[in-house]
Amino acid sequence: MSIGKPLPHDAAPLHVTGAARFVDDMPLPRGTLHLAFGLSSIARGAITVLDLAPVRAAPGVVAVIGPDDLAEIPDCSASVHDEPLLAAGRVNHAGQQLFIVVAETHLAARRAARLARVTYAAETPVLTIEDALVANSRFEDGPVIWQKGDAARAIDAADHVIEAALTVGGQEHFYLEGQIAAAVPQEGGDMLIHSSTQHPTEVQHKVAHALHIPMSAVRVEVRRMGGGFGGKESQGNALAIACALAARLTGRPCKMRYDRDDDMMITGKRHDLRIEYRVGFGADGRIAGLELRHLLRCGWAQDLSLAVADRAMLHADNTYHLPDIRIESHRLKTNTQSATAFRGFGGPQGMIGIERIVDHIAATLGMDPLAVRRVNFYRAMTGGDAPIAPKVPVEANTQIRADAAATGVDLTSQGQEGAARPAHVPVADGVQTTHYHMPVEDFIAHDLVAKLEETSDYAARRLAVADWNARNPVLKKGIALTPVKFGISFTLTWLNQAGALVHVYQDGSIHLNHGGTEMGQGLFQKVAQIAASVFDVPMETVKITATDTSKVPNTSATAASSGADMNGMAAQSACETLRGRIADCLAALHGVAADTILFRAGHVHIADSRIPFAEAVQIAYQNRISLSATGFYKVPKITWDRKRGEGRPFLYFAYGAAVSEVVIDTLTGESRILRADILHDTGSSLNPALDIGQIEGGYVQGAGWLTTEELVWNAQGVLTTHAPSTYKIPACSDRPHVFNVALWSRPNSEGTVGRSKAVGEPPFMLGISAFLAIQDAVRAAGGGLIDAPATPERILRAVENGV
Amino acid sequence: MDIAFHLNGMPVRIADASPTSTLLDWLRETRGLTGTKEGCNEGDCGACTVMVTDGRGPRALNSCILFLPQLHGKAVRTVEGLAAPDGRLHPVQQAMVECHGSQCGFCTPGFVMSMAAAHATGRTDHDNVLAGNLCRCTGYAPIVRAAERAATAPRPDWLTEPDMATEGVGLPHSPATSDELATLYAEMPNATLVAGATDVGLWVTKGLRDVTPAIFLGGIAEMQRIEQQGDMLRIGAGVTISALAEAVVDTHPALAELLRRFASPPVRNAATIGGNIANGSPIGDAPPALIAMGARLHLRRGNARRDMPLEDFFLDYRKQDRHPGEFVEAISIPAASPALRCYKVSKRFDQDISAVCGCFNITVTDGVVTGARIAFGGMAAVPKRASAVEAALTGKPLTTLPAEVFAEDFTPLSDMRASAGYRLKIAQNLLTRYIHDLAGNVTSVQEVAS
Repeated sequence: MSIGKPLPHDAAPLHVTGAARFVDDMPLPRGTLHLAFGLSSIARGAITVLDLAPVRAAPGVVAVIGPDDLAEIPDCSASVHDEPLLAAGRVNHAGQQLFIVVAETHLAARRAARLARVTYAAETPVLTIEDALVANSRFEDGPVIWQKGDAARAIDAADHVIEAALTVGGQEHFYLEGQIAAAVPQEGGDMLIHSSTQHPTEVQHKVAHALHIPMSAVRVEVRRMGGGFGGKESQGNALAIACALAARLTGRPCKMRYDRDDDMMITGKRHDLRIEYRVGFGADGRIAGLELRHLLRCGWAQDLSLAVADRAMLHADNTYHLPDIRIESHRLKTNTQSATAFRGFGGPQGMIGIERIVDHIAATLGMDPLAVRRVNFYRAMTGGDAPIAPKVPVEANTQIRADAAATGVDLTSQGQEGAARPAHVPVADGVQTTHYHMPVEDFIAHDLVAKLEETSDYAARRLAVADWNARNPVLKKGIALTPVKFGISFTLTWLNQAGALVHVYQDGSIHLNHGGTEMGQGLFQKVAQIAASVFDVPMETVKITATDTSKVPNTSATAASSGADMNGMAAQSACETLRGRIADCLAALHGVAADTILFRAGHVHIADSRIPFAEAVQIAYQNRISLSATGFYKVPKITWDRKRGEGRPFLYFAYGAAVSEVVIDTLTGESRILRADILHDTGSSLNPALDIGQIEGGYVQGAGWLTTEELVWNAQGVLTTHAPSTYKIPACSDRPHVFNVALWSRPNSEGTVGRSKAVGEPPFMLGISAFLAIQDAVRAAGGGLIDAPATPERILRAVENGV
Repeated sequence: MDIAFHLNGMPVRIADASPTSTLLDWLRETRGLTGTKEGCNEGDCGACTVMVTDGRGPRALNSCILFLPQLHGKAVRTVEGLAAPDGRLHPVQQAMVECHGSQCGFCTPGFVMSMAAAHATGRTDHDNVLAGNLCRCTGYAPIVRAAERAATAPRPDWLTEPDMATEGVGLPHSPATSDELATLYAEMPNATLVAGATDVGLWVTKGLRDVTPAIFLGGIAEMQRIEQQGDMLRIGAGVTISALAEAVVDTHPALAELLRRFASPPVRNAATIGGNIANGSPIGDAPPALIAMGARLHLRRGNARRDMPLEDFFLDYRKQDRHPGEFVEAISIPAASPALRCYKVSKRFDQDISAVCGCFNITVTDGVVTGARIAFGGMAAVPKRASAVEAALTGKPLTTLPAEVFAEDFTPLSDMRASAGYRLKIAQNLLTRYIHDLAGNVTSVQEVAS
């Protein structure tokens, strides 16, 4: 059985030889044209003159498409149709697209794009949180507020109260492969799109909408992305639409890839935010009441911001039981890039708030932060064969989807308001609920953290750090253990569905297709392992194929860590259907019961004999059995009312914990991660090697968010960190040189595929431990609170603030 | 005359190429070799890394900022040419598969080429070797495991490159001697001098500028030498940062350590010391160290030569004391600088541009400062000496100084790298670090283990 084996990434041999084909590597027909956008140089104002004559006259230019050249300007938005492909009269951020150049070469297009004569009537941009609050510039009418219990009263009655704020920077995805799409016109006005997107169906939908053709006339294919991280959930739409428009206009294939600087100027990033908190707690560190205010900069368009901000609220508790809490979430509209999905989708932003608060409480009380964490943990649950399994009526999901369809909203998009429906989630005795009233039935953090505390030698190292600090005047070490509890499912309930298409050919080879996309996470390999395991055939039997909207329709974005959970289940279902048909056929021929037919090690066992799998397939074919099947999966149990903040938005939680040890320089603020120990919950891992890869990579990316990665906009609202020369993701030597990663592999208590757990996003938040280890070191130097990212400058400032 | 080089073991000749066509574009667009990737088009991510071999051996270079004429007479190997003809993988490729070193796979060809170049030269300092390759997926741990696993494998015999020692020879605008350059540049003083192209490359790929006519300096062997002249070392302007770092590792360990953090290996393998000086950037890392050492700059125009203290060369932001047709021929530094310490502060340790680079060279005799040369990058419009600080230190026991003294010397700017206040504070604190450093205290986070 291939499931659970640590197989390499399916494309690894292609990656290392340069043979893995990305969109820009695909041979396209002769005459393919290349596109570039002309971009706004100011953050806000009216365009008074857009003179494109010099652009049209530039060498190699075939066509220029400005707003006036279009009868209507297509929309690129993933949510509320507020992102015109080209700025129509007004610009709302520096880097907004003004016009499209279509040229014979990529370089000619880029050159020409700089030649437009643009005049603006500039206006004062809304850039900061303060700007937006003053201007009341926001999405939705006002803040979203969720409450449970009575936070104010609980705080007032508490022994201790602290009030502070934490500012957390955004994050550029820095996928190594920039945004790219190509459109190849087909007969009859149809369009074939190659796109580096996590959401092929959305690209299909947006292109169809732009061209006024049905979705059936647009086919989108995605073999692989060179990294996505959420940055290709909605941000690829503009390129695909532009290519499709230009392809229709010229009748020639069109390709567009952003130069790196353009990519960083145009596309959205992780939401930065400020978290203001007032917390009351007891002498033991137990949180009595908490008031939180999230202030997120969402940029100029809505995109997925509402759902991101919701998820930040949903993770405001992390692993802690907060009986009395009030959260206010402001989704601020600013003249900056439209902030978008990024690994964790708001979860990290919510989680870092409560982790800072717990740490702040510990510092106030002079306690080990780990002790404060423990005292606030949710009640331990068995996690395994949970005795408590509340039943949610199955029809709930059907009802929600019907409601949504009736409203006529864009079903392919994420971030729309979920259909309001009273949520009644039963809670069994002894189970605590989150601040959004979901019972926490699978809480394993007590055991997991205890294990990590032991394997990482946390207690002894904490003493050793203190001892080391006493002996070193210039450098100070810090250590922190932080847990993760991350909710798995799309909070927009209808997105929790997936499809697969499996063919078995006469020779026994299997063609596997599903709605998920491959961006490096190893999804295709995991699903192939599942498929091979259903038939128990060797992996080579299963052909992994590109995601294709003509094979599996109406897919959800590969996002929310859901790829393997959902597509794996759909593929398993399709394979089981086919296995059942083959078994039924053989059973009838041999006069035995179908359930006695066994698929083992590349063979099919019938009574006392066995035949190779390919022979069984051949027999089925000759008996006119359909050897093609679809599979479908919808996530059970979930129900969610986002306005009220009530329900069960998640099927389950994925857990993890990390210990980071760092050293800082109190003269310069430089820092370094010395060691990281991680224990992460993967359920029964579908592929431990790929899962460890997600955990290691997630940790480093999360630590990067909170240390070296700093986005800087100047006073005019122009992003000044728009290339790797100025925006610093972690490099090789930034990884912890002692890096111990282990899997917590008890089966998922929910019935996921192979009892595994989602692993894409949760490990990202393990990086919070690096940030709080830096805070610990700052404190050892006599310093105060630190904001993120903890650049040398912020570390030094925090060190000095305490003095 | 055509540009001629070997590509994956086969000779190629290119006629009619623009002299500022990059190798990356040519590989991908003309040759259809799409294994080499464009990640940033500015030499900062390493996705485009190839291996180039010449008389100095194999090394990794960024093909996105490498112009075709720079390859004349060399051997280029791309990721497509690394495996054996029969398909057997190179040991670093095999190890990358086995150690799960690729996820999305886009950075992988660049990593593989950096690893292959290091493997060919026996280098095992993987963090340094891979400092110029960014990966956003793996967190690097499995890639380093792969590099470690491959390190002991024998060098593949199929990677032998032909012996070609004709770099630049015969190509237009490619002088072979300093005299030829002097003559040519005097005739066309508006030409762009191209040595490693690690900065000029960006004028083309990002600035979209036409830098022709360009004069290529790679063939001038005499300007790529380091010679001892009395108690000075004369370093030719064409010496690469890599070669310089290697040459001074014993004599000037502080300089070598600073150069280890200069950009990234593929950039250091191309960039020259002359280029780093002549481009006059206020944040170039070599000038502060050279100024602190008391380096003298050697300029040449036609047959006229002149020398000056390096600090005098930098007049104002991007403005140097260099006449039309004049070029940097060499720089001389003392044969040893035992008191020199160089401190680079940046957001990221490797491959970042300095927020502040402080270089200290202070002589203490009988408990009293008898000589002080201190220079900073990132603190002014040019690399600049801290004259007030030097004066305040001289004649007294070595001690820290108040911020006001540094403020006499510097009024730094705020930008995306750091604020003015932070820069000034760091300048002051780096003197404190220097004192700790001389006292033997641990002062660098890089020296600490868990």
